[in-house]
Amino acid sequence: MTLNRNLSSDMNILLVLFGIAALFEILGWLLMGQSFLFNTKRLTIIFLQVSIIGIIAVGVTQVIITSGIDLSSGSVVAMSAMVAASFAQASGGFMMYFGGISDLPVIIPIFIGIAVGCAAGWFNGAITAYTGIPPFIPTLGMLVAARGIAVLYNDGSPIIGLTENFKFIGSGIMPVIIFISVAFIFHILLTRTVYGRRTYAIGSNEEAARVSGINIKSHKVLVYTLAGGLAGLAGVVMCARATLAQSGMGQMYELDAIAAAVIGGTSLFGGRGRITGTVIGVIILGVIMSGFTFLRVDFYYQEIAKGLIILSAVIVDQYRHNRSVSGAS
Amino acid sequence: MQNHVVLKTVGLTKLYGGVEALLDVDFEIKSGEHIAIVGDNGAGKSTFVRQITGVEQPTSGEIYFDGAQQNFASPIAARKAGIETVFQNLALADDLDVPANIFLGREEVYFNLGPFSFLNEKKMLAMSEEGLKRTAIKIPNLKNSIGNMSGGQRQCVAISRTATFASKLIIMDEPTAALGVQETSQVENIIRTLKEQGIPLILVSHNLRQVLDLVDKIAVFRRGRIVSVLDAKKTDGNEIVSFITGLESGEHENTTGI
Repeated sequence: MTLNRNLSSDMNILLVLFGIAALFEILGWLLMGQSFLFNTKRLTIIFLQVSIIGIIAVGVTQVIITSGIDLSSGSVVAMSAMVAASFAQASGGFMMYFGGISDLPVIIPIFIGIAVGCAAGWFNGAITAYTGIPPFIPTLGMLVAARGIAVLYNDGSPIIGLTENFKFIGSGIMPVIIFISVAFIFHILLTRTVYGRRTYAIGSNEEAARVSGINIKSHKVLVYTLAGGLAGLAGVVMCARATLAQSGMGQMYELDAIAAAVIGGTSLFGGRGRITGTVIGVIILGVIMSGFTFLRVDFYYQEIAKGLIILSAVIVDQYRHNRSVSGAS
Repeated sequence: MQNHVVLKTVGLTKLYGGVEALLDVDFEIKSGEHIAIVGDNGAGKSTFVRQITGVEQPTSGEIYFDGAQQNFASPIAARKAGIETVFQNLALADDLDVPANIFLGREEVYFNLGPFSFLNEKKMLAMSEEGLKRTAIKIPNLKNSIGNMSGGQRQCVAISRTATFASKLIIMDEPTAALGVQETSQVENIIRTLKEQGIPLILVSHNLRQVLDLVDKIAVFRRGRIVSVLDAKKTDGNEIVSFITGLESGEHENTTGI
């Protein structure tokens, strides 16, 4: 955890980001005859696009640091969005979820959305911590189940007619502000508090953490709960931005979030990872998506490119891990 | 002070399912004493350590520490009472730095907000330096992560935990098993320093040369029982080995508390 190493690992990812951005800039001038980067509108869109994924990725990062994984985020986003939206409807709409409930203060649907996410995360964490089942399984179960709940919640129909105050959460650059705030808070949590110290310790050497008296089970539950809560918040922001909630929201977001964390230098072996890296990782994803669209490259090529980048990030992680293992013994 | 009993177990038994890992163990260590625990693999040495350090709870039997009966529910409880343990598998988190490892599980904070308390890194760094000084350990940069250090340095960090916190009893489980010759002698020197300071120590070791060299008494474990407690000055390697392997007959008659 030396300052130098932190800086250098963040610097490496930042260099990758600059490299990719520069590549699109050059290709932009060559192929499209215009700048890719020097376009405020495009940059704004990049940040807006990645904010929702970013909020999820922050939660997923700390789960991966404990050497866990959370595959459920995408569905938890949809489930939280549906429930939150049902409490955020304005009066006078023609498709009211709760006949008697409308125009609630905006804090209530926000709180409920986050709470639904926390509940899902708590469930993931409790099963992982108390049964010893690898987190891959319970979170995969939650991925399927939460999507089912999201569909059932309003019989597959979207929930529309949200209050103006609620829609404000998703308007303009609000999602970016929320993402940056979340990233900042969790950066402080991970680097400056007992919570962070123990999260790294568990991922680094669970046995050592256990004999040091850290309550592994309750800590894991807390980590997964917070990750779920962030997925819930992402759902709230997402439906506020879309001005409606539907059960198909957030599909495959869990994979983008994991990808962002891994690209940002979070080790799938646990014990290593930083929110700053994840933020850069998220921006890399956004730049790639936006860059390919800018060059009018087919969507499916984007997916292939994204896959290759994730793959190389994992290979780098594996290489680093092997080196550190052989170095320690 | 020599006859003040620090830790005593009476009839300590641990069953894993039907397996008797530890059977009716009576053990006693007095202040200032260094006692080694030896025995073959699976003889119950590590199981014994796990019971008296709160990592596991015994199936039956009593543990007395510092004059009072104790029931350590967790390693933290044992530590709070004053038992510090250096574990066999180097219980260190590779990705954390030296102070973070020394204070793992009992971090110094500015004010208590539960898990969200802010860490007092400055205080932990200063206390770590103090602890390392007391054990005469030199580590160039404490802010380096443990994973980048040599086996000896890592073990010294683990041991310096015991010096950072005032402890009434130190337990070391195979502290030199993974170390080279030089690093081993470094650790042995730390143990001698502890002896001079009068801090009681339980040393689990396979290394009979080391054991005979360092401690006052040797408790031999065999099949979950203490088969003999030998005076290090009056015994030799052959006698110890014969107890370890069970060549010395009459295991049951020789089972004494001390």
